[in-house]
Amino acid sequence: MKRKTLVNIIRVVLLIGAFLLMGLGLNARGFSDVKNKAVRICYECMGIG
Amino acid sequence: MEREEKSKSLKVNKRSITQLVAAVLYNCNIKGFMKGSLYKGNLKGVCVPGLNCYSCPGAVASCPLGSLQSGLLSSKYKIPYYVLGLLILFGLLFGRFICGFLCPFGFLQDLLDKLARKLHLPELKKSRVTRVLSYLKYVILIAFVIIIPLVKLTPGFCKYICPVGTLEAGIPLVSGNSELREITGWLFSWKVFLMCAILLFCMLCYRAFCRFLCPLGALYSMFNPISFFGIKVDEAKCTHCNACVRACRMDVKKVCDRECIHCGGCVPHCKEGAIRYGVKGLGK
Repeated sequence: MKRKTLVNIIRVVLLIGAFLLMGLGLNARGFSDVKNKAVRICYECMGIG
Repeated sequence: MEREEKSKSLKVNKRSITQLVAAVLYNCNIKGFMKGSLYKGNLKGVCVPGLNCYSCPGAVASCPLGSLQSGLLSSKYKIPYYVLGLLILFGLLFGRFICGFLCPFGFLQDLLDKLARKLHLPELKKSRVTRVLSYLKYVILIAFVIIIPLVKLTPGFCKYICPVGTLEAGIPLVSGNSELREITGWLFSWKVFLMCAILLFCMLCYRAFCRFLCPLGALYSMFNPISFFGIKVDEAKCTHCNACVRACRMDVKKVCDRECIHCGGCVPHCKEGAIRYGVKGLGK
């Protein structure tokens, strides 16, 4: 029972953390950064350099 | 026994259909394949949970690992909070259920395994060696996904290892574009060689890439024991006979540990019916 409580606490903390990080990232134009990288051909991914 | 087999085949079919749907949804920009160009819409700002190269002409969203490395490259000026938050959210919700159900490269490995079993190729079964090798993906995660982008300012995993980028982006784009073909060199040859070696190895060893090399799997594995959704064991029914672990083809020591991809292969082997899918909720 104690382990389950601990797991649930970790889950809630991580869930809040994940949303906080996403919020911070979105606020800092993280969405655009990801998009700007992904809409161009990535030469490293292809193996060109 | 017949019921067990039927339930197994149903489960496998449902999983294959889910994998196929995920792979198609991630890569539904058919026009891109025909024109050899990339999708440029707003969805590219969202990462999919599985490993799927954003330079694939069909990709409509981003690769979480590629975005993380790209974010770490510029982390001197800006920490990639958004990608980190997404990765934690995916891991916390699904853990390695993503590897079993939502990763196109996992699906390809499953297809290769089915082909290999039909061709009666020898299989490297799980052992102490494969268990030790399963730690290699954590080394790759730390070295190629975190340290190399931070220190060398290059996306180490994408550049030197990722077979998904070679398969989904490199080969289609290079084969359809003569200008790109002219600038390929040793790195492209290395990546094609490595991709072929990995695909061949996946025919001889079940899910070899997921088990030994995939840094995304390594990342999600840390969330596996606490993820909200996936396989769960009813401790009241479990007799600890270990039939589930014996049936599993991954390097698991127990159901739902770091190596479990929640494929459900163990479910029909549990005579007590103690293993099932479910939401591991916040309650008791």
